[in-house]
Amino acid sequence: MFADQISVFLENKAGRLAEVTRTLAGASVNIRALSLADTSDFGILRLIVDDNEKAESALKEAAFTVRTTRVVAVEVSDKPGGLMSILEFLDSKQINVEYMYAFVRQRHDNAVMIFRFDNTDSAVEALTAEGFAVIKGDELYTM
Amino acid sequence: MIFNMEFETLPREAIEAIQLRRLKAVVERAYNNVPFYRKKYDEAGIKPADIQKLEDIQKLPFTTKQDLRDNYPFGMFAVPMDNVVRIHASSGTTGQPTVVGYTARDISTWAELMARSLQAGGATRDDIIHNAYGYGLFTGGLGVHYGSECLGASVIPISGGMTERQVLIMKDFRPSILTCTPSYALHLAEAAEENGLDFADFNFRAGIFGAEPWSEAMRKEIESKLHLSAVDIYGLSEVMGPGVAQECQEAKAGLHVWEDHFIPEIINPDTEKNVAAGETGELIFTSLTKEAFPVIRYRTRDISSLNYSPCVCGRTHVRMHRVSGRTDDMLIIRGVNVFPSQIESVLMEISQVEPHYQLVVDREGAMDTLTVKVEVGEGVFSDEVKQLQSLQGEIAGHIKELLGVSVKVKLVEPKTIARSQGKAVRVIDNRKI
Repeated sequence: MFADQISVFLENKAGRLAEVTRTLAGASVNIRALSLADTSDFGILRLIVDDNEKAESALKEAAFTVRTTRVVAVEVSDKPGGLMSILEFLDSKQINVEYMYAFVRQRHDNAVMIFRFDNTDSAVEALTAEGFAVIKGDELYTM
Repeated sequence: MIFNMEFETLPREAIEAIQLRRLKAVVERAYNNVPFYRKKYDEAGIKPADIQKLEDIQKLPFTTKQDLRDNYPFGMFAVPMDNVVRIHASSGTTGQPTVVGYTARDISTWAELMARSLQAGGATRDDIIHNAYGYGLFTGGLGVHYGSECLGASVIPISGGMTERQVLIMKDFRPSILTCTPSYALHLAEAAEENGLDFADFNFRAGIFGAEPWSEAMRKEIESKLHLSAVDIYGLSEVMGPGVAQECQEAKAGLHVWEDHFIPEIINPDTEKNVAAGETGELIFTSLTKEAFPVIRYRTRDISSLNYSPCVCGRTHVRMHRVSGRTDDMLIIRGVNVFPSQIESVLMEISQVEPHYQLVVDREGAMDTLTVKVEVGEGVFSDEVKQLQSLQGEIAGHIKELLGVSVKVKLVEPKTIARSQGKAVRVIDNRKI
């Protein structure tokens, strides 16, 4: 029930993000969702792509530092309070969210959120038990 | 194994007797053949005849890099050009290059001292030496080359560059000794890894690394990545080239200075007075046998100390401590003396941090700031900002603890700090105008 996310280390300097997208385009990899965490010195680009292997090897070949991380994609009702309901549930179970970001596309009437938890297994277990729709990686990459 | 058993194991009195005889001769030759020395000694009121015992060397004025520049290109040569068979020069990155010359006899002396060095570093005539020091005006490549041939070993004159090809040759030719700069050694290890090769599968036994200061921690790093026993070699073109001093495999504790050809001294760089044996200061060299380009009391700017205690290897020549920095490379950050090698050892102690780093000094207002750029490899990269920030904090904390100076740690992408094939550029000082 996990999805793989590719994280890339970026120095904060002109053109690095463009270089990542150029590398992925060159490898015919499609970016499905992304989030950029940045500090004054460096950034961490997090990507959901349609082909993890291709993306990872292309980025490594272009000398980027790359890491694959397990994240969890969850459908969230696309209406006021939709995200709140899931966060309140996680809070009640004392599940810590390291970071999260939204998937680009909507699915049916729902939005999709990508979560990174400090304890992925127990988070997935709790979410599915509660009836939240956790989306499998393979499905996510081609949505 | 000792290359020249007779001379490398001379009792101290015998070494000193040879040194005094040769010192008198070189001062005489320099005074008579090099206008620079004659003028300088006349001004100081010194005559060659004033050198009666070894301590008298301290009466002689120093020779500096600036003196060599002022006499660019051939003004310091002590023989006519028709006796000069080889010319080398420094890179000139910090100003005008310094040019040095050799007679045929100088080349053969240099080859013997390099052969001694290679043997002390673990090489024998049965070895294949992969020589990745640059060939050309830089003394490293040809110095090691002639030394290897004098030793009777097989030398691969690969020079620097074409790193992937080097790795292929290491795999196929199975050399047993590696000679290059320590930073290039690590670069070769990276290149091997990128090509799916492992130094453990190569045939290296020993590596002889020099031309830039490196730390004990870097030795461990090189030894574990390259699967060989690493020793330090020292030299500089002004004095001869590589092979002025060499660490032995037996002790790995200081580099034997070939004292029958050079007199090393240590001075306090500020007072310019000689310090007691064992004390740290600036290394001074006098060449005793060089014909074309004798140097007398040359200020190297290298920081070291001398150890006259007996060595387990049996060689009697004094050992100089590994160069810990340079008097002119030393950074003074808010009143604190900082050597790049100190920062390096801190980084090496933090596991998985890449050994490639650079120090950038800036002045903000009246305040000096030191930024340590460290490459982020896969070993330390995390998708979480807080992990990377805590790594920055850990590095800064260790440096503060060791040196008492606050630094800013900047994480940079792999391979963004230039790997030089010669000397790595460890310090960028933006304070100079």
